[in-house]
Amino acid sequence: MRQYDIVIIGAGPAGLAAAVAAFDDGARRILILERDREPGGILNQCIHNGFGLHTFKEELTGPEYADRFIKQVRERGIECRLNTMVMDIGVDSGRDANATREPSARPMKYVTAMSRADGMYQVAARTVILAMGCRERPRGALNIPGYRPAGIYSAGTAQRLVNMQGYLPGRRVVILGSGDIGLIMARRMTLEGAKVLVVAELMPYSGGLKRNIVQCLDDYGISLKLSHTVVDISGKERVESVTLAQVDENRRPIAGTEETYECDTLLLSVGLLPENELSAGLGVELSPVTSGPIVNESLETNVGGVFACGNVLHVHDLVDFVSEEAALAGKNAAAYVKRMEAAEGDAKEAEIEIEIKPLSGVRYTVPSHVRLARMQPEQVVRFRVGDVYKNCFIRAYLNGRQIASKKRPVMAPGEMEQLKLKKEQLLECVEPGTSSYCLEIRVEEK
Amino acid sequence: MSKRQLICIGCPLGCQMEAEQNEDGEIVSIKGNTCPRGDAYARKELTCPTRIVTSTVRVEGGMRHMVSVKTKEDVPKGKIFDCMGEIRKLAVAAPIAVGDVILPDIAGTGVALVATGNVDAR
Ligand code: SF4
Repeated sequence: MRQYDIVIIGAGPAGLAAAVAAFDDGARRILILERDREPGGILNQCIHNGFGLHTFKEELTGPEYADRFIKQVRERGIECRLNTMVMDIGVDSGRDANATREPSARPMKYVTAMSRADGMYQVAARTVILAMGCRERPRGALNIPGYRPAGIYSAGTAQRLVNMQGYLPGRRVVILGSGDIGLIMARRMTLEGAKVLVVAELMPYSGGLKRNIVQCLDDYGISLKLSHTVVDISGKERVESVTLAQVDENRRPIAGTEETYECDTLLLSVGLLPENELSAGLGVELSPVTSGPIVNESLETNVGGVFACGNVLHVHDLVDFVSEEAALAGKNAAAYVKRMEAAEGDAKEAEIEIEIKPLSGVRYTVPSHVRLARMQPEQVVRFRVGDVYKNCFIRAYLNGRQIASKKRPVMAPGEMEQLKLKKEQLLECVEPGTSSYCLEIRVEEK
Repeated sequence: MSKRQLICIGCPLGCQMEAEQNEDGEIVSIKGNTCPRGDAYARKELTCPTRIVTSTVRVEGGMRHMVSVKTKEDVPKGKIFDCMGEIRKLAVAAPIAVGDVILPDIAGTGVALVATGNVDAR
């Protein structure tokens, strides 16, 4: 069986950035497994611009952004196996790559993969980085009444059809959901000659980025109806019309507000879900809020040596932050391998753990706990809020002491927020004899 | 004096800005931007709005049917559909690499259309 130091599942933006960062921090035996026939992941179908301003200080399209990282991976000679489906990841606590230590301290992981060329095989890995990305929330979860005719697509499927296959799935379009892919597809289909009649959003605010409302809807005179949903779809073979209605504060349709749009296509852009079947099989603990793994400051899951980054961890709206997060996971995996080689013990001595508690308006945080000994001088905490907030503050408290405060003119659930914690400040708050702390992050009005 | 609300599309932060114009349409003040790009965007948006156009072009003899493209610079907003009209008529032969010029001057804008993806020959 081939042995690797780091096996990365997925060659999308997260997997590629993790590989590059791990290599640059000294890791060598790295393997990337990708199920598609080319690396780049979802970026290959995101042909619009707006990527890379943070990472490369210029505005790139999705494929260009991917191309930069693919080149970096190739320059480093990192092995990437395409057309390879990972079937299972297991941990063998009985065997240990580092035989000098007690068997269960840093157990090997076994990745079972399959490809048409090589059939089914296993590789052993000292660390695994989960970078499988996310998928679209299925229609089934939506509960739309009416027939199930042809002409209903998820926004991502439509994006793939138009941008990769050159096939326009319809000519008169209604879009349900104002997630970014839906907004991007409203513009894309308009440019390709389709008529996008309306974008309906169940919530009273958009799920996508403001800039996408401006340049994808406003630019083309497409109206966005907030607090609206689809109440009926008619047509037996193919969609013939879609009926929208306004919803009340409990998201129930209000009688008498129905409006029917004649159309041949309904696109659904109703959110993304991290793809964590493999993680769950491995025993990785998942967050009920994000559906992604629960991780510490090193982006390490509860299974030691298994890291997660990118959309499999929590759905991002900016690929730049995916790359940043993935690089951190890559560095930490490389450091884990180094510690393993040095047969160094984990910093168990007086390990101080700080749990991060999302409160009043903050839905979750990544990471969800921090081991002070492993914390970098500055720790980025990413999170989303549960509602729209104007002129509010994001604040962090440890032991009743305010350790960070940031004013935000506007916050919305569709846009990821971040707060930086300084290790120095956390150290000031810890007291001798206490090893577990709770750090609160909350939205405050003043 | 008139005020206009604008959202900067310069980056995904999407700063909300307010621009003040006097009776002659001159821009008196711009507020709310986080970086200078926002100021530049607001001035341009009020005088001559432009956008980068991204789309796909058919590929012959390639591993994929389509290659993604963009206008190398932004083009006037009013020219977007003219650009699309030309893009739709195009077909290129594989191989294509990121940065290849597909059309030196699209729709008389003086801006080149370039490939943003790679497609190997079949
Ligand atoms: S003003 Fe600067 S920071 Fe704000 S959206 Fe524009 S480019 Fe981004």
